[in-house]
Amino acid sequence: METLIALIPGLPLFSFLILVLFGGKLSRRVAGWIGAGSIGIVAVLTLVVGIHLISALPGLKSYSVIVWHWMHAGNLNADIAFSLDSLSLVFCFVITFVGFLIHVYSIGFMAKDEGFTRFFAYMNLFVSSMLILVLSDNILLMYLGWEGVGVCSYLLIGFWYKEPANGTAARKAFIITRIGDTAMIIGIFILFVSFGTFNIQELMHLASAKWAVGSSIAVITAYLLLGGALGKSAQLPLQTWLPDAMAGPSPVSALIHAATMVTAGVYLIARTNILFSLAPIVQGVIAVIGALTLLIAGFSALAQHDLKRILAYSTISQIGYMFLALGVGAYSAAVFHFMMHAFFKALLFLAAGVVILVLNEEHDIFKMGGLRKKMPVVFWTFLTGSASLSALPLVTAGFYSKDAILWFAYSSNSGGVVLWLAGIVGAFLTALYSFRMIFITFFGEAKTEPTFRAGKLMTVPLIILAVLSVIGGFIELPASMGSVHLFSDLVNNTLPGVGIKDVENREWLFQIISALIALSGIYLAYRFYFKKPAYMESFKHSRLNHFFETGFGFDKVYDTVIVKPAVWLAEIDKKDIFDQLNISIARLTLLGNRLISLTENGKLRWYILSFAIGIALILTFMITK
Amino acid sequence: MDVFFYIAASIAILSTIMAISGRNAIHSLMFLILSLLAISVVFYLLDAPFVAALEVIIYAGAIMVLFIFVTMMLNIGLEKKQEKRWLNPRMWILPSILAAILLADLILALRNMPPVVAGKQVILPKQIGISLFTTYLLAVEIAAILLMAGVIGAYHLGSQKKKVLHRFLLKKQN
Amino acid sequence: MLTVPVETQIVFAGILFLLGLIGLLVRRNLVFMLMSIEIMFNSAGLVFIIAARQWNQPDGQVMFIFILAVTAVEVAIGLALILQVYHHFKTLDVDAINKLRDEK
Repeated sequence: METLIALIPGLPLFSFLILVLFGGKLSRRVAGWIGAGSIGIVAVLTLVVGIHLISALPGLKSYSVIVWHWMHAGNLNADIAFSLDSLSLVFCFVITFVGFLIHVYSIGFMAKDEGFTRFFAYMNLFVSSMLILVLSDNILLMYLGWEGVGVCSYLLIGFWYKEPANGTAARKAFIITRIGDTAMIIGIFILFVSFGTFNIQELMHLASAKWAVGSSIAVITAYLLLGGALGKSAQLPLQTWLPDAMAGPSPVSALIHAATMVTAGVYLIARTNILFSLAPIVQGVIAVIGALTLLIAGFSALAQHDLKRILAYSTISQIGYMFLALGVGAYSAAVFHFMMHAFFKALLFLAAGVVILVLNEEHDIFKMGGLRKKMPVVFWTFLTGSASLSALPLVTAGFYSKDAILWFAYSSNSGGVVLWLAGIVGAFLTALYSFRMIFITFFGEAKTEPTFRAGKLMTVPLIILAVLSVIGGFIELPASMGSVHLFSDLVNNTLPGVGIKDVENREWLFQIISALIALSGIYLAYRFYFKKPAYMESFKHSRLNHFFETGFGFDKVYDTVIVKPAVWLAEIDKKDIFDQLNISIARLTLLGNRLISLTENGKLRWYILSFAIGIALILTFMITK
Repeated sequence: MDVFFYIAASIAILSTIMAISGRNAIHSLMFLILSLLAISVVFYLLDAPFVAALEVIIYAGAIMVLFIFVTMMLNIGLEKKQEKRWLNPRMWILPSILAAILLADLILALRNMPPVVAGKQVILPKQIGISLFTTYLLAVEIAAILLMAGVIGAYHLGSQKKKVLHRFLLKKQN
Repeated sequence: MLTVPVETQIVFAGILFLLGLIGLLVRRNLVFMLMSIEIMFNSAGLVFIIAARQWNQPDGQVMFIFILAVTAVEVAIGLALILQVYHHFKTLDVDAINKLRDEK
């Protein structure tokens, strides 16, 4: 059992090495199946280990294995050690299973690309790092995985490196997440200095024993770890990198920027939830950030005209929902929404990838249209994904997960009406922009013709993910619909339950309200974007629309306040002041050389003269002493 | 007796000055020989007749003659104009200053001299001979070897061999 | 008997030496420089003779004989070298023989 757990992150790493070392000599088919196959094997392993764990619950909470000793220096001990409990299991399942589908899709998607083997190498390294992140036993190893996914994100966003804009987008992503990473490592340092260990379980125990609730050190550490989560999960104020990250290939957007890496922040907060419960003010901040982000991203998505950017802002918005849930203490609801979101968002990105590829790299939705008849499979799967995203009542998985979050946003001990209202408005916006996307892209007259039909390698994963987007929600039904608690029972072995205010259980009322909101959003999308009245055209050119399109102007603010001064400083220091100091030492020495070499002019009489002067001086000195 | 010393000393100094400031090489050498003869007189007055004879025979007779031979071989006397050009008065200032400083140092250093030992006598060749061949025998042998080395060296350095290039270098020239 | 004070004698030798030094510094012709060196050797020998008389020993005169031998050898070799220089550089200007300077 333990070796199987060690194989889960190890196998993709091994296949990465094979692809890096021998990739040039392997044919495309072999490379593709090595890349996808390793993830497939790991998915099966996860299933096996998961079944064992579930059948052993609630007695055995987790499996642990130490693979090897990493550092033992004084009292700094860190090992390569993995531990699998129900939270890690959920994340592993999503990463490996959705990852496998995306890898199979990529074999078809990247078939004509010249960097085929390099792509699979990077993707495997990414999956391995992400698995290390969620499986690691100690926080230092988790940081290793954290950095690993950051590097792979950089490599994959800038995959088509010959285009300079892609490199800029990759750098932007890396630098912004770096800001978060720095906050996180400082938080890790504080934890280590206070408690002398890196093991997460021990840290949580010691923290709850030694730190008082609301003490300043707990609050500071919680804020720092939150900073790391905000960077990786693209929440306010570090959300500006995700829309630009769409420069990468669509499978990358699906895997990294929808399903897995951006949810690393959610994992971090869920894993260290005891620390956050010691700092209630930080939990409130998490909920507020989540609410604000989902609103801002929702409005921004309404104004985009690039298909993938709409989906990017949608991702930021949905992760805002997860943060909102984490902030009010509804951990299992957050993780449930993560799982559902992984299914339908990966589906949407993959389907968008097919659309873009088939329309010959056309990204603008206003140049698409009428694809409903021309690409039926893609249309129906895309529709399923959007419906799940909009939380279409009863039939989609998204409904159940989003609804749980909205209910807990109102009813939990730290929730309230304001948070719930933010969630509801966000749900309305979600329905509005997703169906705007559908109506403009798939309905109406065709402005660009598809050039070929997508093959089975690309369509079969779409269908599988569409099915999951529908039936996935049925494992967690609320009380009014049969009260199935399969998911929350599993996860609550590791995460605390949510405390609910003592109100009458009016969950059914809230469900009806959210259902109505979703349906009205879809209807308004139909009115505005399908029927296309005149005032929509003028709105498209209005200043408000432009403000939404630039993501509320965050990029511009960061550019003026941070980037321009930094560039100005670098320009001033073009000659590198400190290097000039070093050079001036060398120049002084050379000057001395030139001066002294004047005395070595080869003239005999000059030398004799110097003898004579020397003798005169020495004798005078000696005699007058 | 003292007056002879002073006359000989002034002749020596004057002729040395003429020697070092002369333009014609042969004339300078003649003046130098005159200076050496004057110093030989000084030696005789200083109770060293043997050394006085040696000075004339070897120094003035052999070494200076060697100088004259080489000067005549190189035909230096014809380059009067060149010497005039090189010897402008400005060149004399710094060496003169240095020499004056050193002279002042010498005079200052001589202030505390021990008193003269009484009982001077002329030192005869016999004494020198005995001293040479008993006390300083080793030094005599070494001087002999030095002279031999000098002879061999002078022969080699002075011979005019036709320059024979190594065959590798010949090829390069072609 | 000579009653000239010893200091005067030594100063006389010193003047001769310094004249030789001046000649060495001022002249550019190699032969003249060698001649100035001769003057300096000779004055050094003179000091030895003065010392021999001072202490009433023959050792000073023996030293003078050795100086004489050394001078003879030195003049022989020096003149041979001057011949070589003249054949190589075609001039006796000592400032022309500055090949050992720092090349810059």
